[in-house]
Amino acid sequence: MALLFAIAWFSERSSEKGESYASNPYVYALSLAVYCTAWTYYGSVGYAATNGLEFLTIYIGPSLIAPLWWLVMRKMIRVSKVQRISSIADFISSRYGKSVSLGGIVTVFCLLGILPYISIQIKAIASSFEILTTGDFQMSGNLLPFYSDAAFYLSLGLALFTILFGTRDVEATARHDGLVTAIAFESIFKLVAFLVVGVFVTFIVYDGFQDIFTQASIRGFDHLFVFGDEIASTDWFWMGILSMMAILFLPRQFQVSVVENHDENHLDKAMWLFPLYLLIINVFVLPIALGGLVHFEGEAVDADTFVLALPITYNQDWLALGVYLGGFSAATGMIIVSTIALSNMVSNNLVLPVILSNDKLKKKFQLRLGETVIWIRRVTIILIIILAYAYYKEVAGKFSIVSIGLISFVAIAQLTPAIIGGLFWKKGSKIGATVGIIAGFGVWFFTLVTPTIVTAGYLPETFLSEGLMGIAALKPSSLFGMEGMSPISHGLFFSLTINTFAYVFLSLLLTQSSKEHNQAVVFVDIFKYSTTLDSSIIWKGQAYLPDLKALLVNFLGQVKTDEALQEFEAMTGSSLEVKGAVNSELVNYSERLLSGVIGTASARIMVASVVKEEEISMEEVLGILRETQELKFLNLELKQKSKELTKASTKLQKLNETLRLNDMLKDEFISTVTHEMKTPLTSIRAFSEILLDEDLPEEDRKKFLDIIIQETSRMTRLIDQVLDLERFDSGRQKLNLESTDIKILLLQACESMFQVFKEKKIAFTMDLPFDALELAVDEDRVKQVVLNLLSNASKFANSLTEIRAVVTDNYLQVEVYDDGKGVPAEEVPYIFDKFFQAKNQTSKKPIGSGLGLAISKKIIEYHGGIIGVERKDGLTCFSFSLPLFQEKNVEPETQKMYE
Amino acid sequence: MSNILIVDDEPNILLSLEFLFKKEGYRVFIARDGDEALGIIEDRMPALLILDIMMPKVDGYEVCRHVKSLYPEMKVIFLTAKSKQQDIQKGLNLGADLYLTKPFSTKDLVLKVKSLLN
Repeated sequence: MALLFAIAWFSERSSEKGESYASNPYVYALSLAVYCTAWTYYGSVGYAATNGLEFLTIYIGPSLIAPLWWLVMRKMIRVSKVQRISSIADFISSRYGKSVSLGGIVTVFCLLGILPYISIQIKAIASSFEILTTGDFQMSGNLLPFYSDAAFYLSLGLALFTILFGTRDVEATARHDGLVTAIAFESIFKLVAFLVVGVFVTFIVYDGFQDIFTQASIRGFDHLFVFGDEIASTDWFWMGILSMMAILFLPRQFQVSVVENHDENHLDKAMWLFPLYLLIINVFVLPIALGGLVHFEGEAVDADTFVLALPITYNQDWLALGVYLGGFSAATGMIIVSTIALSNMVSNNLVLPVILSNDKLKKKFQLRLGETVIWIRRVTIILIIILAYAYYKEVAGKFSIVSIGLISFVAIAQLTPAIIGGLFWKKGSKIGATVGIIAGFGVWFFTLVTPTIVTAGYLPETFLSEGLMGIAALKPSSLFGMEGMSPISHGLFFSLTINTFAYVFLSLLLTQSSKEHNQAVVFVDIFKYSTTLDSSIIWKGQAYLPDLKALLVNFLGQVKTDEALQEFEAMTGSSLEVKGAVNSELVNYSERLLSGVIGTASARIMVASVVKEEEISMEEVLGILRETQELKFLNLELKQKSKELTKASTKLQKLNETLRLNDMLKDEFISTVTHEMKTPLTSIRAFSEILLDEDLPEEDRKKFLDIIIQETSRMTRLIDQVLDLERFDSGRQKLNLESTDIKILLLQACESMFQVFKEKKIAFTMDLPFDALELAVDEDRVKQVVLNLLSNASKFANSLTEIRAVVTDNYLQVEVYDDGKGVPAEEVPYIFDKFFQAKNQTSKKPIGSGLGLAISKKIIEYHGGIIGVERKDGLTCFSFSLPLFQEKNVEPETQKMYE
Repeated sequence: MSNILIVDDEPNILLSLEFLFKKEGYRVFIARDGDEALGIIEDRMPALLILDIMMPKVDGYEVCRHVKSLYPEMKVIFLTAKSKQQDIQKGLNLGADLYLTKPFSTKDLVLKVKSLLN
């Protein structure tokens, strides 16, 4: 037991580390050997001792059907993976339109069918323990009260183990790697232990097979190893069929072969490994049985105990202990896996639907569903084991292991029509499956269970001998006078026939609902759909609010979900808490809400899959949702990227625009420059031609030559200015900074303009209230600016101009005033652009080249100053500032100069 | 001999053209902008105008439009630095008889004026 814990714990740990032992075809095949329970270990020998070779049917069936696994099992695995199916009940309910009632029915019947089976495992453990400790070779229920019964504590230990390694995840489809590894280990252990006993009995107690068979024949046991008559062969047939169904549909087999499956391709190996295992474990069954019969002839030794009794008789204590442990392994493996499978069914198909369909309960649990599910399972496991223990105390003790086991098999066989039909026949319908299963179980109960109840003493004997209510046709062991079959074959035949008939007949008779049909298509054509759900599923039915809420919370977050639902309540004026089901309006509303997050198509699938009866698939849904969310996220990223691209291309466009504009400006600049050049050129050419042609008086000739020279220098000036500006623009212009007396600079500039003002009869005032201010400037350039401003003033002034200089803490400010009409407000921003005048007045000749202000602006900016224009006291005021890099004593002194 | 009106805001061009056409025996009038030109046209009825386009106040195009609408017989020669195709087209569309670009050949101009006036 402790070893089991250790193995399971270790394997669980390593699978968390991502190196799963369970994800291995050999482990998978070995875990399938959970099929071989105490029945195989003790029961087969007992069965062989009474019925001979017939014990083999239970192994021939699975071996025969193994090649067909590729058809059936693989399909079951695929469907279960896609649909996140966690148990056989789940499988059936999911196939038939996700029917809650069907899932519940299957769960109840599985419980009824498997409980006795678990109880015989407990019986085997308890009895073998007793034999080991007392040496009394009887497999019967002991009469101890449970609190002093070792079997009771063993059962509790098993329950604990199962809870530990079987109920860690809410998700019923989660694999229990630790558990599977432990089961696989047990399979090896029980095989080895059994083979050791076989070898011991065959080759040590006797002299090989030949010896045993010879001795058995002498004692008249030869009927046990030759094939029987006609009756036996029908039994063989039915037993074969029965075991075929068992290997596929027993809850524990479903658990290990489908739920715990890591990889469909592991089936490849399992298909031949598992039958091989069955063959090996059965090699010594008959020899042991015969050896036991020969050895214990005439003694009161239960044949079921031969495996253990023989080693004890020969005082092989260690071997006996090994055998006991092998049997223990076989039994516990079955108990553990079965209880896990059953507890999943009970929690998901019985308890949860009840909770979710009951308002009060739902309110109580809806916030702790995951936790609740786990606790339901834990409690169920304990209950199942305690019930099995009780059944063992009350009933099973009185029967052989195999007989009870076979009864269980027949119960599980009732699921066959619904499952096989469900996998391969689209028309198979919910009603058909339900009625078929119920009828089949009814017949099973009547034909096979009631006799055990009679034997246990709860029903009168007459029930068996005279039939139900004395009707002879209703004798449990021979319905309608059908005699001559073994009870098991008889029960199986009737229950399965009625079951199948009901299923097929009703399915053909009735039409399916759209939901049913959807699921039927998904199951039958699973390899077409494989991993995607059919997106055309449109749901019109009922949904559970918690599911929808969980769905919404997963996406919108709690706060937003609550808001949205309140809004919905306000909008429709209906309360959300009406019954378990919510109306389709809310479903559609949720779908719309989700559409915003994950897109319309996904939202439809999501809602369609959440809107159903089983809580389990919530996980599936949320899984898909997360994927979709990732997609959504990717989409967002893409959107972001394309936004950035758009931005970039907008930038590029802007840049392009700027370039084009610059290009245009450049063109304009060039055309303006050439235009400006043409004016002096025209004069030069005209006068040159006149001088060439005409015989001119000396006076005229001199005058014209003068004009030519003037125009030439005008052109030179223009060219210089253009080059100047170009240098400033490209940043190649260097300033020749020298410490300069600003006052002298200003005075010199003014002086050169006096003549002009005088000629134009314009008054000119100077106001320079400072002394000897030295700044590091490019003297010629600053003078150029001052001259430019003064000459502009002279051109535009009506009658007066003025130059003022102000020294502040940081700046020298020079202002030039004139009383002209000023610069129109809309032109102020452009007045310092090159050729602004030329551009602005397309057909009006500018005064001057139109480059003066542009160059001035550059010069001042190069000095770190600012140039601007404003209207002040009714005068136009052009001003520029220069930073005071170096300041020397500033003595304010007003000086006014008049012309 | 016919009256010729020369309209330009560039004094040296006026000077050279005046000199040329006086020598050829025409009566030459001078205007420095469009306004002035319109006045002289009313007073003197020149047979031919030599027009600059880019002038302050009223530009050459407007003078031409005015002249051609009132006195279609009056000859107009544009003499301008504006050499773009669209400018030339515009001038001719206004009914100008000739469109010459600066800098021009004095000989050429004199010949053209003569042929227009005969």
